[in-house]
Amino acid sequence: MKPPVFEYHRPESLDEALELLATLSDVKILAGGQSLMPMMNFRYVMPAHIIDINRIKELGEIHRVHDGVKFGAMARHDQAKKSEIILEHCPLIAAGMEHVAHAQIRNRGTIGGSLAHLDPSAEWPALLAVHDATLRVQSKSGERDVPILEWSQGFMTPNLVEDEMLTEITVAIWPEKHVYGFAELARRKGDFALAGAAVLLDFDGEVISRAALALLGVEVGPIRMIDAENLLVGEIPSDELFREAAEHVTVVAGIDDVHASASYRKKVASVMVRRALEQASHQHKSQALAA
Amino acid sequence: MSSFGSSAKRVEDPVLLRGEGKFTDDIHLPGLLTAAMLRSPYAHARIKSIDTSTALELDGVHLILKNADLALEYTTTELPLMVPNPLITKPVTPHMLAKDYVRYVGEPIALIVAEDRYIAEDALERVIVDYEPLPVAGDFREAVKRNAATAHHEIEDNVCAEFVQAFGNVDEVFANAPHIYKNTFFQHRGAAHPLETRAMMATYDELSDHLTFYAASQSPHRVREIYAKLRGIDDNQVRVVVPDIGGGFGAKGQTYPEYFSVAAAARLLRRPVKYMEDRRENFTATHHERDQLWTAEIAFNDDGKLLGFRGTLLHDSGAYVPWGIITPYIAASTVPGPYLLPAYEMKVTCVLTNKVAVTPVRGAGRPQAAFTMERMMDTAALELGRDPASLRRQNYIPADQMPYKMGLIFRDGSPITYDSGDYPACHDKAIELSEYDSFKERQKAARSEGRFIGIGIASYVEGTGLGPFEGANIRVAPSGKVTIHYGASAQGQGHQTVFAQIASDQLGVDLADITVIGGDTQGCPYGIGTFASRAIVNAGNAVHQASEAVRQKIIKAASYMMEAAEEDMDLAEGSVFVKGVPKMSRTLGEVAEFVNGKPGFTLPGGIEPGLQELSYFTPKQAAYANGTHLAEVEVDVETGYAKVLRYWSGHDCGKMINPMTVEGQVLGGVAHGLGNALFEWMRYDENAQPVTVNYGEYLLPLASDMPHVQQVHQEIPTPQNPLGVKGAGEGGTIPAIAAIIGAIENALKPFGVRISEAPITPPRLLELIECARKN
Repeated sequence: MKPPVFEYHRPESLDEALELLATLSDVKILAGGQSLMPMMNFRYVMPAHIIDINRIKELGEIHRVHDGVKFGAMARHDQAKKSEIILEHCPLIAAGMEHVAHAQIRNRGTIGGSLAHLDPSAEWPALLAVHDATLRVQSKSGERDVPILEWSQGFMTPNLVEDEMLTEITVAIWPEKHVYGFAELARRKGDFALAGAAVLLDFDGEVISRAALALLGVEVGPIRMIDAENLLVGEIPSDELFREAAEHVTVVAGIDDVHASASYRKKVASVMVRRALEQASHQHKSQALAA
Repeated sequence: MSSFGSSAKRVEDPVLLRGEGKFTDDIHLPGLLTAAMLRSPYAHARIKSIDTSTALELDGVHLILKNADLALEYTTTELPLMVPNPLITKPVTPHMLAKDYVRYVGEPIALIVAEDRYIAEDALERVIVDYEPLPVAGDFREAVKRNAATAHHEIEDNVCAEFVQAFGNVDEVFANAPHIYKNTFFQHRGAAHPLETRAMMATYDELSDHLTFYAASQSPHRVREIYAKLRGIDDNQVRVVVPDIGGGFGAKGQTYPEYFSVAAAARLLRRPVKYMEDRRENFTATHHERDQLWTAEIAFNDDGKLLGFRGTLLHDSGAYVPWGIITPYIAASTVPGPYLLPAYEMKVTCVLTNKVAVTPVRGAGRPQAAFTMERMMDTAALELGRDPASLRRQNYIPADQMPYKMGLIFRDGSPITYDSGDYPACHDKAIELSEYDSFKERQKAARSEGRFIGIGIASYVEGTGLGPFEGANIRVAPSGKVTIHYGASAQGQGHQTVFAQIASDQLGVDLADITVIGGDTQGCPYGIGTFASRAIVNAGNAVHQASEAVRQKIIKAASYMMEAAEEDMDLAEGSVFVKGVPKMSRTLGEVAEFVNGKPGFTLPGGIEPGLQELSYFTPKQAAYANGTHLAEVEVDVETGYAKVLRYWSGHDCGKMINPMTVEGQVLGGVAHGLGNALFEWMRYDENAQPVTVNYGEYLLPLASDMPHVQQVHQEIPTPQNPLGVKGAGEGGTIPAIAAIIGAIENALKPFGVRISEAPITPPRLLELIECARKN
């Protein structure tokens, strides 16, 4: 479990990194290294060049921007979990981070790394999907923005070409009083989820005025449950409503692996949707009581 | 104050906690080279040719060994069968490096020695092996069938041993019993998974024609013995030293093929060669315990009295049987457990498959046996409308029947005799600790909240401390410090602490002044090893005997030195003194110096040279430990996810030398059993290709999966040895799977779910729940 010889590059700036990407071929970008390093040790991937972007300071920050929050691609999971900005404006993301692996991995692993690796069971894509995130991709020759729902191009295949890298992610924030829910089932605490659901709800009095619902662990990329969202909007939360919404979980292909079949994941996803909705609704009730 | 029986802090911990342990991989000898192993990607294939030429061209590659190269070094490249048995009809053992055929994925084919592991792995990719794939014996349930593909090309069928263990009139019992229940159990136990993978390093001294082997081995003397035998040399030409070991759990007790190619490379190159198994290799090439299929029938009378048990056991042996049929043999003889059983019959069939060999992992077939018996007890309780705990208690062997001849004949030809214990009393202690009697109320309350909790109970008996022997060599130096060499080696059990505790009382020396060294064939000439819960019984009593002898030598010499009577002497605080006359005292160092003698002067009559004694303890039979465990679980009935909430152990391992280390053993054992119940699964596809080869695919329990384990101990000394101790290394594991699965079934009682397999995963449990809901 040792990698073959590769050339290691450590640019100090984004321009330098993009320049390297434009000139070198057979490259992998080293972000947090939590998936890439084991894959190299297993010789599953054997790149000729590694570009280590850990020294690029500008990629490591989380900012509030006018209608959203901007993450540098090198923001660590732990940074997102503890960021005041996140806790205030998109607390669902902080809640989701509780389920990401273990402390050591959260300290090193990055949002950009997770998105570029694109494990179907990762939390980030679903958390970003409900927040309608936009992903900024840059190369020496230019830049483009990719909506989160267009990010996955297949199993562990992000919407990136060879000389491009993911540099920042912007999420749209919801009104201050929005509520959220996050539920997942993992075999053990910190494992990749067998299935999970992320939910954002906003209310007008007792009535759900807006809903966003995404799944993880069931399809190759993040998916929004538009039918279920439409069903929820305009309704007052109830057990029957949430049960019905959960039944709207639609999965096309489904992930089938050593841990669970696609059909099991679909069943669990449906349960997780209901539980995430219940969490959100419970939050709303607590808010109403407090007010 | 007596050290024996106190929870002294483990003397080995400070070094380990500071990261200052010396494991094999921490030893860097000058000129060290590193090896990597070329392993078979096929489950069964003929090797047509091996081309190493391009690999040898790589800079930094020193040597590549194949079977033919080893044939020049050893009298044979085929490893011996370690535990032979006439019942084995196909005594197949592996070659040190594959000879013409490979029979499991991971079988070693060639050893590559290079400057470092990176280069060695680059070279691995350049070796070209031409394979002719052969039909594969995959799943053991298929492999046993007539006309199945065979695991070895030259055999007609895969059955490598068949035997029956029986007593009483089983046919008559089952012809007449009013209540008979049947079931079939698939059980899988994964592998050992020590934190440290296998590790070995050989260094050869040409001048003295001597090879030193550093090896993470549970059985160093065995490695020495077989190496010397296969080289045709004397055992004084090889020394095996065991550095710190990061866990063994049985798997490191085996004398693996890799030892021999590594030793040969060191000799051929005249440079030290190290081989560290990597984690992926550990999954495929370190032995497993894997798969068994049991059928069982149990008979009761109307009053709930157990009348008989019969069944069959199909055992997956893997491609070779280096450790014979020990695992299925132990399994079949463990089923009767703590119960008064009038009639028993178990028909065992061992089948070869194209997977790595099956040899004991902590528990060695006993957890599967306990699972089979305890699941049948639960079934009977359910069908008879009895409480599972009370049905068990009714059928335990009462204390006044000890020693109890269980009925089976052990493999050494003697009747299996439970020597000591009070099973009902130990059961009662566990029941009380778990507040079993109030559980039903808690369960009811939980159900009213939509939560499904359940409780499970399982009991077991374990033969520990089997012979033939273990030795201890104790010496008091003129510094007054004590050194104990013993034959076995430690993998985390706490030998350094507990053996020092044993000697401390006899010699009146502080733990800090006693050094315990295991696993060096030069420190203790003969040894068997640390496995089968045997070290404390064998080596512990050897330490006791040797310290007693040294104590007598000290007293004899001191009596001469101080001109006082031997019977007036006592030892404490590093000195020997005349009782009641504190001034009449000599330090042990002074006595040691005295008996070391002066050149040219004769020692006084009767005084032997040196405060030293080498003593071996040879038990007559096993010392039987026992216990009753209870588990409480909660099941998420929408997902099938089960979580163990609480756990209780009632345990009797005889006298406890150090209760804290006993509790640690039980706790680790329970974790192991919890893994077997809920997580660990070494999966292969139908072509015997492994599909779980990392810790994302093969799940071990994490700290967050472990409940708090409450323990209660009953100390009934065994009459089998002077210390009254029984082994404690495996007892935590043996009943855990049965208790946890029983608890899950109990939690799902409203649905009528029955569980006849282990491990149980959330998808499978949800399937069972859904099935039960439909019916």
